[in-house]
Amino acid sequence: MNRSRKKISLHILLITGACWMLLPFFWMISTAFKTQLEALKFPPALLPNHLMFVNFIEAFKQVDFSRYFINTIIMTSGTTILVFMTSTLAAYAFARLKFPGRETLFALFLAMMMIPMPVYLVPSYVILSRFGWIDTFLALIIPWSVNIFSIFLLRQHFRTIPQELFDAARVDGLNHFQILKTIVIPLSKAVLITVGIFQIVANWNSFLWPLIVTHSDSMRTIQTGLAYFAQAESTNYPLLCAASTFTTTPLIILYFFVQKQIMETFARSGLKE
Amino acid sequence: MRKKNNRIGYLFLLPALLVIAVFRLYPILQAIRMSFYKWGLAGPLKFIWFKNFARLFIDPEFYQSLGNTFWYVAFVVPLTILISVFFANLLNQKISGRGIYRTLYYLPVVTSIVAISVVWKWILNPDRGILNAMLNLVGIASVKWFNDARGIFEIFLAPLGIHVSGFMAGPSIALFSLILMAVWHNIGYCIIIALAGLQNVPRQYYEAARIDGANGWHIFRHITMPVISPIIFYLLVTQSIIAFNTFTPVYVMTQPPGGPLNTTNLVVFYLYEQSFKLWNLGYANAIAFVIFIIIFLLTQFQKRFIEQRVYYE
Repeated sequence: MNRSRKKISLHILLITGACWMLLPFFWMISTAFKTQLEALKFPPALLPNHLMFVNFIEAFKQVDFSRYFINTIIMTSGTTILVFMTSTLAAYAFARLKFPGRETLFALFLAMMMIPMPVYLVPSYVILSRFGWIDTFLALIIPWSVNIFSIFLLRQHFRTIPQELFDAARVDGLNHFQILKTIVIPLSKAVLITVGIFQIVANWNSFLWPLIVTHSDSMRTIQTGLAYFAQAESTNYPLLCAASTFTTTPLIILYFFVQKQIMETFARSGLKE
Repeated sequence: MRKKNNRIGYLFLLPALLVIAVFRLYPILQAIRMSFYKWGLAGPLKFIWFKNFARLFIDPEFYQSLGNTFWYVAFVVPLTILISVFFANLLNQKISGRGIYRTLYYLPVVTSIVAISVVWKWILNPDRGILNAMLNLVGIASVKWFNDARGIFEIFLAPLGIHVSGFMAGPSIALFSLILMAVWHNIGYCIIIALAGLQNVPRQYYEAARIDGANGWHIFRHITMPVISPIIFYLLVTQSIIAFNTFTPVYVMTQPPGGPLNTTNLVVFYLYEQSFKLWNLGYANAIAFVIFIIIFLLTQFQKRFIEQRVYYE
């Protein structure tokens, strides 16, 4: 009796917490379907009277969201593919190859990871404008084509692969590139997927960088596009909520598919610490 | 053979090294150089020694943004961690649906801050927002949220006849609105990390403690706390750095950006304004330098702590 009562109070607390966590999402979706008049009612109605699907179409039409989606997809896939390439190569070198200066370089990489973006933001802009890359995909992709944390994660994993596998491959006459391709990468699928997920989330949601390195409307990403829309339509909350809904939905769907992977990564890294 | 091995090592490292050198290392060094120049968008560059720093030293707006950032971090981080540890503890019990709760709590973390800011701005709307409607329902008057520049200490101490102003007035109600949103946004991540730590505690410890007649608080104090205190410390440092670097909510939510009365102007936003609105690039780098020093001290703090922990174990 006492036990089950304790369980119930536990669930009540957890559900209350969950409600607070979900309230903004609920309110976003509910407002997205309201008419503007309905949205401005106070105190507000919890649910819309009619489902105004037209808000979504209207928001999509007012600014060029389809362009922003395409740009974001180009940026995200570009950086993610490049990060895969640069990270596996670098992680392999750090984990499996011996050469002078290896530890120093690794320490340098880690030190670079600690430095937050605002510190190198202005000089990066100057460099990109010297390259003539401002307002191009190069500025969105190339500076982010290396992710040090991914290198770190992959290096840790590559080191756990048994040495015998490498020895056997060397005896069979495979070179390092072939070893990486045929042995290491197939054995690292879980970590690579994790790296990919974090890349996608980070790129999809990145804001300050695209805000600074792009100017024209046709180069806007989802996030800078949404911020622009929020300034242009600062009082039309149904449209703003509709835009917020369709810009966040792709990631939320992805998240529900991969949440187990994310939780396991944290659980594992927690164990290691 | 050895030589060849060396070459392959460097070859594999080359792409990453190139990008890091051009887009991290060089800009960082360049940032230091630029802070000694009068560097605008056009016109000649002028080496001006420490003038940028001298100007920074007496810039009231900079001090205000540092003060705002201090209050922001000082509120966001402890609130986030307290709430997270509380919920992580609840989730560490034997209950059904744990996975579902965990998934829901983490949801804000994968949602973009721009979208979140847009929605929270609406939730906190002074006249039409749902939060004020809820407050009214329980008999509390509407709060002006983003329009209110009064400090919270100022408000709470006024009835006692104590008048504080400036930094001592604490975060403004407007800044506090940003604080609320940041806590909501970050607790999911902290819960997951704290929970991962809690799950390292062997179940037998809890069972043994219970057999010995320890109550909930004793168990928390003597079993849970020692295990998760390093994790709390880790969260304290990483969350402080994240909070210190806040930019997006200020840009999207506040009106005018950084206002009212400059009370939501956080230091990274000030850097952005100086560089990309006013194009005082040299001066902006002096600000970046100060940001760097503060973050550096925070990370050193963290590093020392990790070393301590290795020794401890």
